[in-house]
Amino acid sequence: MSQNVLADSRARFAALVNPTSVVFLALAAVILVGWALVAVDGGQFLTMETVVGVQQRSAALGIVAVGQTLAILAGSLDLSVAYLISLASLVAAVTMAGQDSNIVLAVGAVMGVSALVGLVNGLMISKLRVHAFIATLGVSLIIKGILGDLYDGPAGRVPESFQHLGYDRLGPVPVSALLWAAVALVAWFLLRRTKYGYRVYAVGGDVEVARLSGIRTDRVIIITHVLCSLCAGIAGLLLASRLGAGAPTVGTDGGYDLESIAAVVLGGAALAGGRGGVAGTVGGVLLLAVLDSVFNQLEVNSFFKDVVRGVVIVVAVAVYARRTGLVGRRRT
Amino acid sequence: MLTMTGIGKSFFGVRVLSGVDLAVVPGEVHAIVGENGAGKSTLMKILAGVHAHDEGTIEIDGRRVSFGHPLDAQRAGVAIIYQEFNLLPERTVSENVFLGREPIRRGLVDRTAMDTATARLLAELGEASFGPRRLVKRLSVAQQQVVEIVKALSLDARIVVMDEPTAALAEHEVELLYRLVRRLQERGIAVLYISHRLREVFDLSDHVTVIKDGRLVTTVATEDVTSEDLVRLMVGRDLNGYFPPRSTSVGETRLQVTGGGNDRLHDIDLKLNAGEIVGIAGLQGSGRSELAKALFGADPFTRGEMTPVRPRSVREGIRAGVGLVTEDRKSEGLALRQSVRDNALLVTRAMGRGARRSGVRELLERVRLKPPREEQEVRYLSGGNQQKVVLAKWMTVAPKVLLFDEPTRGVDVGAKAAIHDLMRELAEDGVAIMMISSELPELIGMSDRIVVLREGRIAGTLPSGSAEEAIMSLAAGEVSS
Repeated sequence: MSQNVLADSRARFAALVNPTSVVFLALAAVILVGWALVAVDGGQFLTMETVVGVQQRSAALGIVAVGQTLAILAGSLDLSVAYLISLASLVAAVTMAGQDSNIVLAVGAVMGVSALVGLVNGLMISKLRVHAFIATLGVSLIIKGILGDLYDGPAGRVPESFQHLGYDRLGPVPVSALLWAAVALVAWFLLRRTKYGYRVYAVGGDVEVARLSGIRTDRVIIITHVLCSLCAGIAGLLLASRLGAGAPTVGTDGGYDLESIAAVVLGGAALAGGRGGVAGTVGGVLLLAVLDSVFNQLEVNSFFKDVVRGVVIVVAVAVYARRTGLVGRRRT
Repeated sequence: MLTMTGIGKSFFGVRVLSGVDLAVVPGEVHAIVGENGAGKSTLMKILAGVHAHDEGTIEIDGRRVSFGHPLDAQRAGVAIIYQEFNLLPERTVSENVFLGREPIRRGLVDRTAMDTATARLLAELGEASFGPRRLVKRLSVAQQQVVEIVKALSLDARIVVMDEPTAALAEHEVELLYRLVRRLQERGIAVLYISHRLREVFDLSDHVTVIKDGRLVTTVATEDVTSEDLVRLMVGRDLNGYFPPRSTSVGETRLQVTGGGNDRLHDIDLKLNAGEIVGIAGLQGSGRSELAKALFGADPFTRGEMTPVRPRSVREGIRAGVGLVTEDRKSEGLALRQSVRDNALLVTRAMGRGARRSGVRELLERVRLKPPREEQEVRYLSGGNQQKVVLAKWMTVAPKVLLFDEPTRGVDVGAKAAIHDLMRELAEDGVAIMMISSELPELIGMSDRIVVLREGRIAGTLPSGSAEEAIMSLAAGEVSS
C-alpha cells in the first residue's frame, strides 16, 4: 500500500513537470519578468491595450497552431498552411466583393477549398507514402504558383460587417480571441473525448502498434490533414477581415508555417508525434505573443527579438528532451 | 482446442518450417523449445496471423481457420505477447488496453468504463502496484508485461502466446510472471510458452514441444523428460561441413579484460591471443553482442581493467587496434548506397589516416571479393560479398584484434567457407580473433576455445571440439538434478 502512495506522489510530481505545466509556468515567468522590465523602463505592462494586443496578435497564429497540433500529434506536419492562409484570404475577399449577402457563400467557399487542400495533403501522405515534409512543401509551391499567376497584390474587398470579426471586442476580449478559443475547445474535445482523438495519439505514437490494433491509420491521417487545413482556412478568414481584403502574401509574411510548428513544439508536443495537446499549444502561442509584446514595449531591435525567440524555442525543447530522457528509456 | 497440422513455411525460397504439428488443450502451459533460429518464433507468428503459412492447417475448436491479418487471430481468441511490447508509452494503461476498440457511450469515449474494466482485470491478476490511469512509460518492464496480459484478457483470448517472456525481466520479477501464468491457466486459458531457459520449462509447463531446424522433433509430457534429454533433443545433429585447420601456435596476448562490467555485463575475465580464434556462445540476450561492443568501445565497460586500454569510445577502440564486424552489416557495418571502394575506405578516412585509393584493389582481391568492382554500390552485392567488404574495411587499418558478431549469418555456403578461411588466415598473421555465433557447428569447427555467456556473465570456457550438448547446458543453465 505504501508503495502505492509513493508511486502516486511520484506520478503527481511527474504531472507537475510535464511539458504543458512547464510552458504555462514559463508564460507566468515571462509575464512577471516583462512586467518588471517594463516598469523599470517607466512604462506599464498589463494595460488593457497590451492585453488586447496580445490576444489579437495571437488569434490567427493560435488557430493555425491548433490545426498544426493535430497534424503533429498524428506524427505528420503541415508546411502548406502559410500559402493556404493567403489563398483563403483571397477566396474570401474576392467572393464577398464587398457585399454582405455574399458572406455565407464566401465562408463556404473558403472551407471547401481548405478541406480540398487538406484532403490532397492527407492522400499524398497516407496513400502515396510521401513524407509529410515533402508532400506539404509541394502543395505549398503549387498554391504559391497559382497565387503568383492570378494576383500581384491585394484583391477583393470584404464588407464592413465582416470586419467586426477582426476588430470588435466584448469587454477586454476580442471576438478573434473568442474564435480562437472556440477552435481550441473543439480540438481539445475531439482529442480527449472521441475515438478519433485516441486514434490520433495512437497513430502518432506508433503506427505499427496502431495498425495491429485494428486502427485504419490512413483514414486518421487524412481526416487530421483536412482538419488542419480547415483551421488554416479559418485563420485566412480572420486575416481577410482584418485587412479588409485578400492578400497573396498575408500567410507567408506572418510566417505561419514554421511559427505554428514552433508554437506546438514549445507547447511540449513531440515532433515525432503521439505526445502533446491543445493546452500546451495555447500556452506556446501565448508565450510567443507575450514575448513579442514585451519587446515592443521596450522597443527592442527586431533582429534581437528573433534571436531571443530562437533561443527560447531551442531551450524549451532541450528541457523537454531531458525530461522524457529520464523516464522514457526502455527498449534498448 | 488448438490443433496445428503439417505447418510449413518458406521465406524467399528458404524453408524455415516444415511439417510441424502442435496440439494444445485448455488450461495447459505448453512450452516450445529449440535452438536460436529453430523456427519457434515463426511458428508462433503464423498462429498470430503475422505470417501466412504455406502448408498445413490450423483448427481452433474443430473449426478450420486461416489468418490473413493479426486482427483475424485476435478475433479467434489468439493473443501474442512479443518480447518487444506493442504499447504506446505516452498513453495510459487503460488507453493501451482498449486501443482501437474504446467503449463508446452517447457517441463519446467512455473513459470511466475503460478504467473500471481495466482496474477489474488488474485486480483479478492480483496486480496492485499500479492503476489504470498510469502512463505506460512510467511502468517497469514487468508491469508493462502485465498490461499486455490484461489486454489479452480484455480481448477474451483463450490462447496466449508468450515469446521469451523472461528475457527482459530481472530475477525477482520472474516469480511474478510465474504467478500470472498460473492465473491464466486457472481461467482455462492455454499458454504457449517459448523459452530457452530450461528451468522455466520445468517449473511451468505441462508439455514440451521441441523444434529443430524447422522440424518437429517431439512433443512430450514435461514430467517424463530430464533436462539432459531436452538438450539432446534440441541439438542432436551430425557435425558436418568443412572448416580450415586450427592454428598450431598461440602468440602473445593482444587484449585482456579483468573484472569487466557495465549495465549488461558482469565480471568479465577474458584474454584474446594472437593467432587464436575464441568462440563466444550464448543464448539470445546473454550479452554476446554487448561483450563485443564493450571490447570495441561502442557501449564501453564501466568497470574493470583492460589492456592495452579500456576504450571509452569507438575511436579509442580503433586506435587501440580493435575492429568489430557487426551482427547487422546492413545497418551497422556498411553505407549501403556508397561504392565498394568508399566502404572499404570508411575507417581509414574516419580515422584521418590518408586513404590510399590505389591499395583498395589489392585488398579486395585479398578478401576474395568476386568480381572486385570498386565502383559498385554495396547494396547490390550478395550477403557474402557484403561481409567481405566489411572485412576489407577493417583490414585497411591493420587491426590487432578483430571481433566478429555472427559473421556468416545470411551468407551462402561458398562465401561462408571463404570467410572462414579468411578468418583463419588473419589469425595466422597474428590477429587475435573473437567470433560470436549462434550456430554451434560453426563455433565448434572454428574455435580454439569456446567461452559461454549466460545472463551477462561468463558461464564457463570449453576446449576446442567440445560437444554441442556441453555448450547448450552451460548456455541454458541446466537444472542440476
